[in-house]
Amino acid sequence: MFFKKSPWIIHYDATSCNGCDIEVVASLTPMYDLERFGIVNTGNPKHADIFVVTGAVNESSRMVVKNIYDQMPNPKVVVAVGICATSGGVFRECYNVLGGVDKVIPVDVYVPGCAARPESIIDGIITALDILERRLVEFRKAKSEARRQEKKLRRYHLND
Amino acid sequence: METIIFLIIFPAAISLVLLSIPVKSVRRLIAVIANIALIAGTIHLMYESGGETVRFELENIWIERAMTVLEVALSVYILYMGFRFRRYLVVLFTLAQLALLVHFEAFVSPTVHVAHNLFVDNFSIILALIIGVIGSLICLYAIGYIEEYHERHKESEDNRRVFFFLMYLFLSAMFGIVFSNNLKWIYFFWEITTLCSFLLIKYHEDEESIESAFSALTINLMGGLAFTAAISYATIFAGTLELDRLIAEGGAYAVVPAALIAFAGLTKSAQFPFSSWLTKAMVAPTPVSALLHSSTMVKAGVYIIIKISPALRGTPAAAMLSYIGGLTFLVASFIAISQSNAKKVLAYSTIANLGLVVACAGIGTNEAIWSAILLIVFHAVAKSLMFLCVGITEHKLSSKEIENMDFLIMEMPKVSAAMIIGISGMFLAPFGMLISKWATLKAFIDFNPVMAIILAYGSAATLFFWTKWMGKIITIKYGLKNREKVVSPWEWTTLAVLSFMTIGVCIIFPILSSALIEPYIIGLFGVSPSMDRFNIIIIMIIMLGLLTILPIGLMYYAWLNKDYKRVGTYLGGANVDNIHFLGSLGAQRTADIRNYYLDGFFSEKRLYNYGWVTAVFLVILMLGVVIV
Amino acid sequence: MTPIDYYIHLDNIYLKAVVYVLLAPILGGLLAGVDRKISARLQGRIGPPIIQPFYDVFKLFRKEKIIVNKFQNFNVNLFFVFMVFTGSLFFLGGDLLLVIFALTLAGVFLALAGFSVNSPYCHIGAERELIQMMSYDPMIILVAVGMYQVTGTFRVDAIAMYDEPLIIYLPGVFLGYLHILTIKLRKSPFDLAMSAHAHQELVSGLKTEFSGSTLALIEIGHWYENVLLLGIIYLFFAFNSLVGLAAMLILYFFEIIIDNTYARFKWELTFKSTWLVTALFGAANIIILYYSMQP
Repeated sequence: MFFKKSPWIIHYDATSCNGCDIEVVASLTPMYDLERFGIVNTGNPKHADIFVVTGAVNESSRMVVKNIYDQMPNPKVVVAVGICATSGGVFRECYNVLGGVDKVIPVDVYVPGCAARPESIIDGIITALDILERRLVEFRKAKSEARRQEKKLRRYHLND
Repeated sequence: METIIFLIIFPAAISLVLLSIPVKSVRRLIAVIANIALIAGTIHLMYESGGETVRFELENIWIERAMTVLEVALSVYILYMGFRFRRYLVVLFTLAQLALLVHFEAFVSPTVHVAHNLFVDNFSIILALIIGVIGSLICLYAIGYIEEYHERHKESEDNRRVFFFLMYLFLSAMFGIVFSNNLKWIYFFWEITTLCSFLLIKYHEDEESIESAFSALTINLMGGLAFTAAISYATIFAGTLELDRLIAEGGAYAVVPAALIAFAGLTKSAQFPFSSWLTKAMVAPTPVSALLHSSTMVKAGVYIIIKISPALRGTPAAAMLSYIGGLTFLVASFIAISQSNAKKVLAYSTIANLGLVVACAGIGTNEAIWSAILLIVFHAVAKSLMFLCVGITEHKLSSKEIENMDFLIMEMPKVSAAMIIGISGMFLAPFGMLISKWATLKAFIDFNPVMAIILAYGSAATLFFWTKWMGKIITIKYGLKNREKVVSPWEWTTLAVLSFMTIGVCIIFPILSSALIEPYIIGLFGVSPSMDRFNIIIIMIIMLGLLTILPIGLMYYAWLNKDYKRVGTYLGGANVDNIHFLGSLGAQRTADIRNYYLDGFFSEKRLYNYGWVTAVFLVILMLGVVIV
Repeated sequence: MTPIDYYIHLDNIYLKAVVYVLLAPILGGLLAGVDRKISARLQGRIGPPIIQPFYDVFKLFRKEKIIVNKFQNFNVNLFFVFMVFTGSLFFLGGDLLLVIFALTLAGVFLALAGFSVNSPYCHIGAERELIQMMSYDPMIILVAVGMYQVTGTFRVDAIAMYDEPLIIYLPGVFLGYLHILTIKLRKSPFDLAMSAHAHQELVSGLKTEFSGSTLALIEIGHWYENVLLLGIIYLFFAFNSLVGLAAMLILYFFEIIIDNTYARFKWELTFKSTWLVTALFGAANIIILYYSMQP
């Protein structure tokens, strides 16, 4: 339940036109005040729980998106903000664009719009919170399962 | 008394033996036996003396004559060197000294009778322990070091027999200084240390070493000149050549020789404005720097200042002395921030700590002297350890730069551990230097708040340069080769013993204080400060806490902790691997990390000049107020 | 008799320490929560709930443990242990100088944690943390020196029971302390080393590579530290516990205002201004006090 109360986000701009980025920042301003939900923009994948990506993914941002995602500790959720991030938008046919963020990393919440409205961004992030809680349960289950497997392997000396 | 004479004569005899034996293995064997004998001798002396101040008569006309002959021989040798290398300042100082000496021997000396030539008290025992134990360990280390030194410096002539001759001769002279009561004897040994230092700095025989060696010689000869003047003055006006009587009965006549001797002490302990020789002397082989320029020879300077300080108590000269010390501490600590050469950092930190001791001696209250002695002890142990570690890294990394010590803990874990202990010993909480700084602060507040403020600023600077050095060492990177397999057992032994001593001295410091230092202070002042029991307990708790948490924690993280996932460092997401990232236009770049040196604030040149000018002014005041 | 008086007059030092160890994180966390709330209100926002810092910390404890190298978290643990130790030492009434030295030890461990990771952002954070430590160290020693000059003791319990207000004797020292308090509380304009607000410039600075439970430890250690720093403010007003309490709260509010109205300084300016303030207010106060107390 604490994940729901204190989700920290990292926002990465995978070559967007900056329209969605302005809206993401707008939702942190006094007008919309995301912080009342305990949401903080950390700017550091190692502290973050929610990965907010804007813009279509292209060749040069592919590795960065992947790196940032890999450096986030579990449980984590990805929110694709804007139509470019969800599908590639008008750029999807470009020679250097791969498409939406889901071409590189698994995406949990899609927030369409060009640019996505702050209200819908907030709605998307709040939706992500429930997924985050579920992820925690899954993550713990997976971890204890892995631990059990390891114990078993150790018992039968299978790991060497 | 036999022990004292043994300690003075024995190293000199060993040095001659080492000079004459050509076989390396035999020399090593003799050196090891000699070192064990020296350590045993000093410890025996500590048990034998029982805390009393004992003075010995040792009247023998032949000793006097031999000393005079040797002194003249020394002067002639220095004159020869001066003419050969055309350093006429050296010649001038030596000639002036010779003239004073001849005058003294011919006209003054016959009128004075010296009752006690030698003495031993707790303070000299403490110094003897430092010289005997740490000095011997450094000599052991030098056996391994010099081997590698000559492998790496093929261009320099292999004079290692002379090298060890000088090292042991130097030990002998140091014992001489701390046990002599006769000013003339102290002067004799004083000059021997000057000459040893000169020859050892010059060991590499290239232009830089010769230049540095002469710089050291010139400044130390200036001190020697002041010393001879003090001897002449003391005999003519105060009518005595004995240190203890001069202080006790000299009265007003003791002030001038005391100030002159303090001046000599300032030159020897490299205080501002005389500090330049010590930083230049860092070109010498590292064991020399450790032995002469950190733990022993420079200690002779502060030893004599502390010894003579009761004669100056209450005079403006003492206040000037404390200001010189305070200034030195402040400026040298600041300059150390801007240095990236490890030995230079150590040199400046040595100068700074000696400055603190001088400041304490200038203040001269019982608290101040107590903390001064503590500073000497702790500094000697930790600093020699630091020098010896740097000696090893200097060879293995082929550089003295701190900036080349990245990932040292991965490449040389044991040397790094010793280094971390040494650095912690220099400034961190439960360790000795901090305990003594604390005592110093308390002594300063009661005397003069300005000194306390100086200490506050200086320690802040100390904190900065030591921590950034330590940070450099402990940076972790995987996949590096261990480079310390080829360190010789001689060096390992010394490093291990000194590391344990650095910790051990802090643990036994309450005993050390109550058994050796407090009786001495009570003898001088009648009362002695001692630390609050509660605080000692807290310090011990921190110490024991660290000693248990550190190894257990490290073992836990090394072997037991499995619950983690490894990821790369954060490099804006553009990682290639942990230290490479993609820069603009897809070029692969390395994230190279360097330390701050704050050159804009603490540049050596500017600060040194300010410090020098102010210190010259203070020295002139110190001597001026006394003479007028 | 307020609870503070009651606490000061407790005879059992172990009890005092235990009370501190248990209560300080709660108080510190609440303060941090109030801080965020007030900051939000000052900016015209609603702001997070007051117990938000606790949510954050509990969440962090549940996160996966990710590391760059095996030993990086060790120094942070040492920082935490020594921070709690330092605080206990202060609140059980120990020697003020010893408290300061132990505080330095804890700070050094935090900086070393930053150095040990071999990450550029951590490294810059650690260097700046060190510069900050070098900046405030003289002043914090002078606080102890000044209190010693007035009361004649370094013992915190004796200073806390001193009858006269220390602030009358030590106004300059107090101003100097306020200046470095901003650094120690990691408030703007001196939030150089690990501020979340500086993430455009240095990500999270020193704590960039520390996540999950280690980050939580840094946070809780910081709460312990804040309570300790407020305790030092109290010593200036210790003659009356109500005045002391009011002073602590007002000054914390003052720090929040400063935090919200200043842009971040460069490290050069931080360093210069702090040493200057230390000299002009702290050192001058101490020298004047010394001569005025001479018979």
